Amino acid sequence: MSDIKKFLYLNRKAPYGTIYALESLEVVLIGAAFEQDVSLAFVDDGVYQLVKGQDTSEIGMKNFSPTYNALGDYDVNKLYVEKESLEARGLTEDDLMPLTYEDEDDDWAEKPSIRVVSSAELADIMDEQDVVLAF
Amino acid sequence: MSKLHTVNKSPFEKNSLDACIRLAKEGGAVLLFEDGVYGATKGTVISDKVTAAMKGLTFYVLGPDMKARGIRDDQLLDGVKVVDYGGFVDLVADHDNVQPWL
Repeated sequence: MSDIKKFLYLNRKAPYGTIYALESLEVVLIGAAFEQDVSLAFVDDGVYQLVKGQDTSEIGMKNFSPTYNALGDYDVNKLYVEKESLEARGLTEDDLMPLTYEDEDDDWAEKPSIRVVSSAELADIMDEQDVVLAF
Repeated sequence: MSKLHTVNKSPFEKNSLDACIRLAKEGGAVLLFEDGVYGATKGTVISDKVTAAMKGLTFYVLGPDMKARGIRDDQLLDGVKVVDYGGFVDLVADHDNVQPWL
C-alpha cells in the first residue's frame, strides 16, 4: 500500500554514556505499532549497542540490551551493521548478540536479524529510505 | 608527585583521549571510565597509540563501566589495570590532583 513508508533509524552512539541509544530503541518500539517498513542501522559507536554480554549491575543503570531481542516480534528484523565500524573497533559479528526473528513467509523459520554490510551497501540502503531518523 | 587524568568519552567520537595522551606528563596515570573504557580495548584503530602512550603513563579502566558495555578482561590492551569504585577513590587519593578530559 502506498501509505507504507520506509523508515530507517540511524544509531551512531554507544549505550549508557549518553541517552541516545535507549531513546532510539524506545522510538523504534513505539513506531513499530504503525506498521511501516522499519530498518535499523548501526554505525560508528552505534555498533557497541549490539555487543553481547552487557552487565550493568554495577553502574546503577538499566541493561536495555535484551530488548533488542524483542524487535523481531514487532516485525523489526532488518538490523544493518556497518562492517567498517566493527573493524575500526576490533570487533567482529561474533562479538554481537545473536538476534533472530521468525519469518512468517517461510513457515516461521528462525532467521538472523543482524546483517553486516559494507559502507557502500549501507549507503544504498539509506538512499532507498523515505525517512531517516538519526540518534 | 603526579597527576591522575580521567577520560570519560569514546575515543572514536571525541578527541579527549588524544588530547590527554598528547598533553599528560610522563609518570602520570590515566583512568578510563564511562564511554572512555573503549579506549582500552585491543585491535582498534587507536590501540597502537594507547600502547605507545603506556611507556610513560599508567592506564587504568573502571571495571563496572567495562562490564556494562560487554568488554571482557581478555579484550583489554596488555598492561591496562582494572579498578573498581574503591580503586578509583584510591587513585584520586594517591595522586596530587585530578585532571579531567571531557
